[in-house]
Amino acid sequence: MKKNYSREHRAYLNKLLKNRIAVNLSRFLILAAVLGIWELIAYYEVVDPFITSSPSRVIRTLADLYNEGTLFYDIGITLAETLAGFAIAVVLGYVVAIALWLSETARKIFEPYIVVLNALPKIALGPLIIIWIGTGYETIIFMTVLVSVIVCIMNTLAGFIAVDKTKLLLVKAMGASKATTLIKLVIPASTPALINTLKVAVGLSWIGSIMGEYIVSHAGLGNLISYGGQVFKLDLVMAATFLLCILAGGMYAIVAFIEKKVVKNND
Amino acid sequence: MLGFRNVSYTYHTRSGETAAVQGLTFSVDKGQFVSVIGPSGCGKSTILSLAAGLIVPSSGEIVCESSEFGYMLQKDALFEWRSVEKNIFLPLEIKKRNTPEMRKKALALATKYGLGEFLKKSPSQLSGGMRQRAALIRTLAAEPEIVLLDEPFSALDYQTRLEVCDDVQSIIKSEKKTALLVTHDISEAIALSDKVVVLSARPAKVVAEHEIAFGKTPRERRENPLFASTFEVLRKELGI
Repeated sequence: MKKNYSREHRAYLNKLLKNRIAVNLSRFLILAAVLGIWELIAYYEVVDPFITSSPSRVIRTLADLYNEGTLFYDIGITLAETLAGFAIAVVLGYVVAIALWLSETARKIFEPYIVVLNALPKIALGPLIIIWIGTGYETIIFMTVLVSVIVCIMNTLAGFIAVDKTKLLLVKAMGASKATTLIKLVIPASTPALINTLKVAVGLSWIGSIMGEYIVSHAGLGNLISYGGQVFKLDLVMAATFLLCILAGGMYAIVAFIEKKVVKNND
Repeated sequence: MLGFRNVSYTYHTRSGETAAVQGLTFSVDKGQFVSVIGPSGCGKSTILSLAAGLIVPSSGEIVCESSEFGYMLQKDALFEWRSVEKNIFLPLEIKKRNTPEMRKKALALATKYGLGEFLKKSPSQLSGGMRQRAALIRTLAAEPEIVLLDEPFSALDYQTRLEVCDDVQSIIKSEKKTALLVTHDISEAIALSDKVVVLSARPAKVVAEHEIAFGKTPRERRENPLFASTFEVLRKELGI
């Protein structure tokens, strides 16, 4: 096949490849530059590294955590809380969205409540949650669900409602019930919206779990950050933040991978 | 087979009520291909919704000998997440008649009308004309007695349109289905139908009925000298 391409097409492909290399190289260079400048500022003490930390100190801190044996413990705790909250929020959001899709009246009734709950900063409920639920892991998971679930409901429902009217008329003319319409048309047609919801929920779940760990600290990366801030161990804060970047990015990448597999040509 | 007797229908919205059709009377005989033409926005789609029983007339009566309808719409509305074959099975699944025997019949129909090699493909891999053909086979899969067509060609480009128009007519005729088509396209109505019902602007009333007797296929009709004169008559009746 390749041999048959015209010179013009080969030049075009070459251009695409060059562009891709340039983009990736630039990304890498920006990261290297930021880390390099940061390290130099700390090394020559332009600013006190006690305040700014530095890449090498972050790595040392991570190594210490690993040697103390708490590194993976903390990662595991936060990851478990986030994943549990994420899963509950997505499933609950989906179920509620289905219920609201089934009844337009219910949708109208609950709309103002959903809008207010969405706008409310969930951290304001912190003290209440501690009193009601306690200070265990379930509190953190509850906070995670609270932060993500409303957006899950709204996104999923918007996907359900956006289903092509012609297709709805078609299945109605075939005599489909609401349940059949949901199963045969609305759910499969709204897969892209579901994936979108997952993407948004990834980010929100991390906010929820870290916020939860700030208000009830036992263990986890949020706890490390909060503790590190209190005792001025900024190396610890930076190290935990670095881990968060990697975990959140990884989780997003998994969702993006699922998207590639699932959403091929959904119209 | 299907008869409208003095049927009226009024739409209600918050801002008021709109009489879509008023005192509509016409009939479709078994095996007949009837077209209803009227100016844009005269409530043509309403007539199909009434015929299919999706909405109930405000007054009057609709008599129908069969409740087995197939509905074909302006857009093919094929489900992109299903293969062409699975799209064709959709009415069987919804009507709970998804038996191996029915599936086999549907597949035979698809193969007979040239969709055989596309069955496993995604609808997005089909041309506009092929998509509309797949939509017709899907409509016929559940073996309806009456096929309702809501401007099924209007979203296609001109060349494809002529092709699909011929296709649909020959498939419906050879499967011996009764058909009711609504359209605003005069030449399409003449080319396809045994009878043309002309409607007025909203609220739609029957202005005239014409039996079209010349020619057999849409192509023959278009080439017949009577085509132009019939066109003129209908055009005047529509008031264009």
